Amino acid sequence: MPMHIGEKDFKKRVTKGIQDDFMRGAVRSAQERLQNRRAAAAEELGDWEEWRTLGQQIRSHTVEHLDYYLHQLSEKVAELGGHVFFAETGEEANEYIKQVVQEKNAKKIAKSKSMVTEEISMNEALEGIGCEVIETDLGEYILQIDDHDPPSHIVAPALHKNKEQIRDVFKERLDYLKTEKPEELALFAREKLREEFLTADIGITGCNFAVAESGSFALVTNEGNARMVTALPKTQITVMGMERIVPGWEELDIVVSLLTRAAVGQKLTSYITALTGPKQIDEADGPEEFHLVIVDNGRSKILGTEFQEALHCIRCAACINVCPVYRHVGGHAYGSIYPGPIGAVLSPLLSDYDEYKELPYASSLCGACTEVCPVKIPLHEQLIMHRRKIVEDEKKSTLAERIAMRGFEQIVHSANLYRTATRMAPFLTTPFAKNNVITKGPGPIRNWTDTRDLPRPTKERFRDWFKNREKQGGAV
Amino acid sequence: MIGNIQKGALKVKVSFFITCLGDIFYANAGKAAVELLERLGCEVEFPDAQTCCGQPAYNSGYHKETLEAAKHMIEVFEQSEYVVGISGSCVYMLHEYVHLFKDGSNWQKRAIALKEKTYEFSQFIVEILGIEDVGASYQAVATYHTSCHMTRLLGVKEAPFKLLENVKGLKMVDLPYRHDCCGFGGTFSVKMANISEQMVDEKISHIEETEANLLLGADGSCLMNIGGRITRQGKPVEVKHIAEILNSRGDE
Repeated sequence: MPMHIGEKDFKKRVTKGIQDDFMRGAVRSAQERLQNRRAAAAEELGDWEEWRTLGQQIRSHTVEHLDYYLHQLSEKVAELGGHVFFAETGEEANEYIKQVVQEKNAKKIAKSKSMVTEEISMNEALEGIGCEVIETDLGEYILQIDDHDPPSHIVAPALHKNKEQIRDVFKERLDYLKTEKPEELALFAREKLREEFLTADIGITGCNFAVAESGSFALVTNEGNARMVTALPKTQITVMGMERIVPGWEELDIVVSLLTRAAVGQKLTSYITALTGPKQIDEADGPEEFHLVIVDNGRSKILGTEFQEALHCIRCAACINVCPVYRHVGGHAYGSIYPGPIGAVLSPLLSDYDEYKELPYASSLCGACTEVCPVKIPLHEQLIMHRRKIVEDEKKSTLAERIAMRGFEQIVHSANLYRTATRMAPFLTTPFAKNNVITKGPGPIRNWTDTRDLPRPTKERFRDWFKNREKQGGAV
Repeated sequence: MIGNIQKGALKVKVSFFITCLGDIFYANAGKAAVELLERLGCEVEFPDAQTCCGQPAYNSGYHKETLEAAKHMIEVFEQSEYVVGISGSCVYMLHEYVHLFKDGSNWQKRAIALKEKTYEFSQFIVEILGIEDVGASYQAVATYHTSCHMTRLLGVKEAPFKLLENVKGLKMVDLPYRHDCCGFGGTFSVKMANISEQMVDEKISHIEETEANLLLGADGSCLMNIGGRITRQGKPVEVKHIAEILNSRGDE
């Protein structure tokens, strides 16, 4: 599975994450910074909740009428002289892109940040035919230099590394001689990358949002690298997930405002680039040839299901930035290029439950994600829906759990059975109790008592107390 | 007149919802809540047929099983005037029943009726009884854990603080990062035990930063999680449900 990253076993990935103190320190401070910035930017608007509602309405309307808007988009792009290709799978997308690359006899490709190309492993496909693909987003560049370390965050891919680690990567791989100051690191990368832009044969970009009414697409960055990718090479390929589209410019204005505030707490990022087709006769710059690759890769099978709202995602990562589970295990533990709450919802949908059945359970359902989502995706509820599906449709839960839940069902809808069970609790737990706490529980309780004490059930339940009190005349 | 209650008026009838953890582990919190509600002018009854709200099954994906719990609880509290529970999370689950049934169905109508009369304990005192000072006194330096389901899902954010601020002798200290989950999460705490452990340890480190000697909360499950880890580590912080403090008259 192309989306998959790291070790196959979920538990091993989690343990590795928890033991990585450097990573956890980096993630903790990044999360805190991003959370605070997001909160300040949201508050500054004054009516953030209304903005969220607007965002939700726009995304919901667009995804509901996705076929209409995709058709409009592709007609417009074709009118402008661009080429549009609908790829049902990642392989189809890669085949098409390889074909364009081979026709142009291209060797060097400059690329701006794109999660969908990570999802379909486009870089590997192009490297397989002898191309050199250069990531020009600073975070992605660092990871690429560091032996293709996979991204651990959808907005800040190298979030798991601190500046000292980045300095060491540059030192080791690129003979960097300066300090770990972010400005010096960025300047160094900038100089290196400038050469690459000038010599690239093809530029490949992702797409934050396509605009259906004009056949345009928008890129949101802080580094300006995406603008370079689209300005210098003669041929440009833009790859978009099929749901990354808005009806028109007014809607683009709103979703971009939500995105920049929710993602990095900025009113606007340093660069927001909107490009429309290949270079026209009266234009000074832009690519001579433009290809738009629209990738389905499992998205259309989500349409019309209880998970449709997951397609509303605008990839801001606000949910990832507040998630306590993500904070402790890091992005790589999810085993998917889409980590955190949205990753736990999306990964099993775009791949399958065999690959990602643990992810919906990697959440305490605290709802912090749902609270911050700028387009109001009920993320924690979607995780519960996954669990329901795993249990009821896929029948992938353990036999022990199924038996326990059947027992639970019997007990909770019978007052008598319930009373008996709760009356038995203190007696059943007596063998495990010491000084009014249980320190070594049986069965699944062991997982609890390995790290925490469990209180011993009180001899007199609340209901016994209440009944006795009533017998003695009730309230005093 | 105390709060919204006219002196001499008919007493507010409350059906008490103890929750399973409350019934089995935290009888003291339940007793305190009942005594306080009575003192504030309520007539409290306890429908003995009540069981569990079904949340453990619901959150684990066993929705058919949850339906049985929901129907049972709807029937149990059908005749109640108000239902008052001592866990924000379990009270929220009673509200969630509305989404378990088909739109417009008779069961859904009954679930809506239950939702409209069901309140979390501190919420009920502040919003329905209209009381913010329950006349309690307790000597301690305390901090308060805001449980996720109660604040984010049920939407009760202020009520516990309003009540605690008026407890004589009680000094409240803000808990840093109070919006962070304590790592309980129901079956999450056993299914993802090692992640849960990291979360509860982080929570405890923030509690320690406050230098409070008492941790309060309105959800037995979170308190069981944090408290269980605190006693395991032998830390000098006592853990109590807010009902126990609000019912205290300074005689402890």
